[in-house]
Amino acid sequence: MASITLEGLKKTYGGNVDAVKGIDLSIEDGEFVVLVGPSGCGKSTLLRMVAGLESITQGTLKIGDRVVNRLEPAERDIAMVFQNYALYPHMTVYNNLAYGLKNRKFNREQIEARVQTAARMLEITDFLQRKPRQLSGGQRQRVAMGRALVRDPAAFLLDEPLSNLDAKLRVQMRVEIKQLQRRLKTTSLYVTHDQLEAMTLGDRLVVLNGGQIEQVGTPMEIYARPASMFVAGFIGSPAMNMLPLDYLHVQGSGALLHDLPENTDTVGIRPDDMLLQAPDSPHFTVEATLVLFEAAGAESHLYVQLADSEQPTVIRTSGQPPVSEGDTLTLHIAREAIHPFNSASGKRTGG
Amino acid sequence: MVENRPWANVFAHLMLIGGVALVVFPVYIAIVASTQAPGDLLRGSLPMWPGSHGWENYKAMWSTGLSRAGAPPAGQMLWNSFVMAMAITVGKLSISLLSAFAIVYFRFRFRMFFFWLIFITLMLPVEVRIIPTYQVVADLSMLNSFAGLSIPLIASATATFLFRQFFMTVPEEMLEAARVDGAGPLKFFKDILMPLSITNIAALFVIMFIYGWNQYLWPLLITTDPDYYTIVMGIQRMTSEENPQWHLIMAAVVLAALPPVLVILFMQRLFVKGLTETEK
Ligand SMILES: Nc1ncnc2c1ncn2[C@@H]1O[C@H](COP(=O)(O)OP(=O)(O)OP(=O)(O)O)[C@@H](O)[C@H]1O
Ligand SMILES: [Mg+2]
Repeated sequence: MASITLEGLKKTYGGNVDAVKGIDLSIEDGEFVVLVGPSGCGKSTLLRMVAGLESITQGTLKIGDRVVNRLEPAERDIAMVFQNYALYPHMTVYNNLAYGLKNRKFNREQIEARVQTAARMLEITDFLQRKPRQLSGGQRQRVAMGRALVRDPAAFLLDEPLSNLDAKLRVQMRVEIKQLQRRLKTTSLYVTHDQLEAMTLGDRLVVLNGGQIEQVGTPMEIYARPASMFVAGFIGSPAMNMLPLDYLHVQGSGALLHDLPENTDTVGIRPDDMLLQAPDSPHFTVEATLVLFEAAGAESHLYVQLADSEQPTVIRTSGQPPVSEGDTLTLHIAREAIHPFNSASGKRTGG
Repeated sequence: MVENRPWANVFAHLMLIGGVALVVFPVYIAIVASTQAPGDLLRGSLPMWPGSHGWENYKAMWSTGLSRAGAPPAGQMLWNSFVMAMAITVGKLSISLLSAFAIVYFRFRFRMFFFWLIFITLMLPVEVRIIPTYQVVADLSMLNSFAGLSIPLIASATATFLFRQFFMTVPEEMLEAARVDGAGPLKFFKDILMPLSITNIAALFVIMFIYGWNQYLWPLLITTDPDYYTIVMGIQRMTSEENPQWHLIMAAVVLAALPPVLVILFMQRLFVKGLTETEK
């Protein structure tokens, strides 16, 4: 077990493609950090640099106190779970788990003991003598996890390990991974583009965009105070609604807005914060027409057209409010629910 | 068949049986001929049913051969052929596996240049380069030796090319997983790449073995010592005699056909297994 420190890490492919543009990050011993971002933002590249599968163009990478920039993956004492699992097809599950241990010159009893322990933890004991092709997707996923577990490495690196599973299994494995990591307390770096997975798994999230860090923080910090319009749009589902500040000035009561930071020109409002009932705290009201009503069981999504605005806007409410498409709604937005941004820089303004 | 039309079925079977008969007939004739008494085949008409001299003929051919025609015992020639074919097969397979491995998995300078260099030699069969090759082998005094019989035939662009194509279909994560698991290049090759290629290896083994076994021109050129005669060229020598002993020659032909058949039967298990276990 160890901390992982990234200092100014850069990756340039083929001389001109900057996939990772200078990342500073320190992951504490035992921490579960999730790298999240849209497709192509460099998550996999960054993870693979930590693993040693991709060379580091610039910067320093430390695992524990060791600088590992030039070490082979095997010497970095990490274990990796691949998106497509990359199990060895010709080996039994047992040998898939044992292979890394054999290469590290563990003796037969040690291998047996470790494989059995890992297999019990992941409930794959019954499949140990099978070949990967005789397993379901979920079972393969467990074997892939097992191959990482047996080694008892300093860190786990996981690249979208759940993306090949169906929705239900994904939730189940997500919970198991979380529990497993809590129990083992192994430093973990987890890549996903699924913001829900990121929110629920990570002790801390690192939101990446275009090879750079947009924000680092606990899931709730990031949800409550997104540092940029990009993060605001990326974390939370449905995505945060963005409105020009002027619109609220005109439609709502401008008096409530004078204390916003100076260069604010856009405000973000989460779909949950557009209320059908007036709250007790100071708030705005805007008029809107209900375009589409989407019932999703415990919650509903209302797609509305704000009066005198083109901005597509979504509201989320619990249960099923008594409204129908075409109705005119009055929406209430609490003052404290407003996230101030500057559209030119894309950053959050002020505190 | 999707449809069940009895006449179509009968027709298909007749065609198949006809085809098989056409192919098997010469083999049958060879077997029949190899069981006749010495003079029987010279009388002009070819017998249709096996004679009673099979055992003697095969025994004579196996242990004494046709010394008058300058052919050593068939047992000896079969052994020579076997050694040569095995050396060629094993040599070709190991060299092509290793060079394909190098070309696919190592990023060295002029990698593509070397690949094309190997690929271009595909265009040059033994027959084309036979004179310079003979010169080299003679200069290295490898005439009349197993080394001379096999080494010049070992380089194989075909197998290298096929293995390269196969290796490129192995997912890259396989290599990465192995690297994380602490396997160096050679371990990866031995523990992962080779087992995954087993079907291809078995298929190529058969092809290469038959290629080696059927070599005719090259052994004829470089062996003058009967101790190194191979069966295929030996048979040719026997037929070029004034009074060919056809019953014995046919026995030698049947014997010569056996080892390739055995190799196919043995290897077939491997590649059928490989095909049904398609795994990725
Ligand atoms: N071998 C390569 N050569 C050149 N560019 C590459 C290479 N690998 C990745 N890239 C580029 O680097 C950027 C980051 O790729 P990366 O695979 O890290 O994205 P990602 O965040 O993992 O995306 P996804 O969620 O789709 O997996 C992309 O723009 C990609 O095109
Ligand atoms: Mg990726």
